[in-house]
Amino acid sequence: MTDLILAPNLNNTDDFYAALLAAYDGLDEGESHALNARLVLILANHIGDEGVLTQALDAAVMARSSPGQVAK
Amino acid sequence: MVAVRYQTAFRLYPYEKSADQEAAQPVRHPVVIVGGGPVGMAMALDLGKRGIACLVLDDHDGVGMGSRAICFAKRTLEICDRLGCGDPMVDKGVVWNTGRVYRDEREVYSFDLLPEGGHRRPAFINLQQPYFEQFLVAEIRRLQAAGAPIEIRGQNPVTGVRQQADHVVLDVDTPDGPYRVEADYLVACDGANSPIRTMMGLDFEGRVFEDNFLIADIRMMADFPVERRFWFDPPFNRGETALLHKQPDDVWRLDFQLGWNIDRKAELAPERIRDRVSAMIGAGVDFELVWTSIYTFRCCTMETYRHGQVLFAGDSAHQVSPFGARGANGGIQDADNLGWKLAAALNGEAPDALLDSYHTERKQAALENIKNSSRSADFLTPRNPAHALFRDAVLDLVEHFDFARPMVNSGRLSVPCIYDGSPLNGPDALGGGPARSRPGAPCSDAPVRDGFLLDRLTGRFAVLAINAAVPESLSIEGQPLDVIPLSAEDDATGALAHRYLGEAPCAVYLIRPDQHVVGRWPAFDPARIEAAFSQATGKV
Repeated sequence: MTDLILAPNLNNTDDFYAALLAAYDGLDEGESHALNARLVLILANHIGDEGVLTQALDAAVMARSSPGQVAK
Repeated sequence: MVAVRYQTAFRLYPYEKSADQEAAQPVRHPVVIVGGGPVGMAMALDLGKRGIACLVLDDHDGVGMGSRAICFAKRTLEICDRLGCGDPMVDKGVVWNTGRVYRDEREVYSFDLLPEGGHRRPAFINLQQPYFEQFLVAEIRRLQAAGAPIEIRGQNPVTGVRQQADHVVLDVDTPDGPYRVEADYLVACDGANSPIRTMMGLDFEGRVFEDNFLIADIRMMADFPVERRFWFDPPFNRGETALLHKQPDDVWRLDFQLGWNIDRKAELAPERIRDRVSAMIGAGVDFELVWTSIYTFRCCTMETYRHGQVLFAGDSAHQVSPFGARGANGGIQDADNLGWKLAAALNGEAPDALLDSYHTERKQAALENIKNSSRSADFLTPRNPAHALFRDAVLDLVEHFDFARPMVNSGRLSVPCIYDGSPLNGPDALGGGPARSRPGAPCSDAPVRDGFLLDRLTGRFAVLAINAAVPESLSIEGQPLDVIPLSAEDDATGALAHRYLGEAPCAVYLIRPDQHVVGRWPAFDPARIEAAFSQATGKV
């Protein structure tokens, strides 16, 4: 089974983060939520691997329910 | 006193006094079926064809009004072919293969239900439920005339049920007063609110969905295409969904999602419905309201479908949302599964324990239907803002990208369950055999010479051999089997080889009376066939 990558994996993290923020500029809360949802679905389809997606869901849920822990 | 719960569309079995009512002692019947709906009548037909005496008790004297179930799936039609009444259904029904999904006024995509050829029957027909039941009863009448031991008693509601060690005692009411009958086995096909289930104090649990839907069946002479059309957020039903579907007799099914907090009475007012319909089909189009109804739905199941001598089939055992047409179609498959098992148990050809596999297999199927039907309902009726957010995101994406199409869920249409892991399954010893025909799977149809494969599976156990030598005739434990020797060349289209050989050069299949695969091998070996037969009849 392919493991979900949880170590740094972006070549240029700051560029990606800036692009992410830019995509949400000028959006109200509802529009932002809608963009989040579209982005999740696009990325999920690109990943395709159900095992990786399950790990990603688990990681996202865990990170909220356990503040302070650093996911490795 | 026999209460009338609904109006009948066709009065098919008016009350007649039976000799049982005058008998000094309750008369014992091998099988009593309670409920004369599609499942009960299919059950009676299957048993009667097998020579098993059965008595249908119905609290009315005919088929209920209203089109209700309208989509009958290919597997149901194949079962009805075996029961002898597939042709009139398909002749009367409307065949459709194309579905279109709209958002607002835009078509976002369309789909073809059966891209695969080489099946005698289409993926679906639309047919009003009263016609479906009428054709079943017509076939029962034809068999009765030829001596089949089926009896139907109208206006015979069951008011009491007591289970004994090896039979069931029923109190039955009639216009001439009450009487009692006994049954070796009772099959409860008495619907989602099953009085038998209630009288026996049995559970029925699951989820209620907080939504209302309005059905308006209308008659109109419109030139709309014969397709299933489904709308999200159309201008004529903002924020909700709608469905348009063709039925025979120039009748169209319109289905409007209404939401949870509605004024039911106001919504059912004919003028209100007429306005809704006109907004959907166009103000200038003439139509007549044929049947209207508001429904809510739940997805529920009993824990166990067999309780001693009582077996539950159809909606009495499990209930689904209408999305996906899994209610009536699932119920017909219950009858298909139970018929041969009851006959084998009553004829002493199989142990009573074979009937336990009815629960195992059909509960598996019901859970699959409930899962699919609940997921459709969750898509159409989001339970919280986040669910609505993702549903809308899918609809936004599908207008631009094909990847989102499979995420749109306006109903996952009924397909038969593959009984993986069933205790009746034999070995899968065919290397390279196609997964679709593995043990537990229903046989796929395929063209064979000038006919179709499923027409050769007549309701007995069968040995199907493709490119493999088999004896001309075969009996196991005194029971004759159908032997079907074929060659891959019997189907020039290659479908037979694709569906039954896969990578294998030759194959031998043992097939159950309900056309599900028991086991498969590369060559005929009588000892292996006999062992698998024992397994499939509950003797191992």
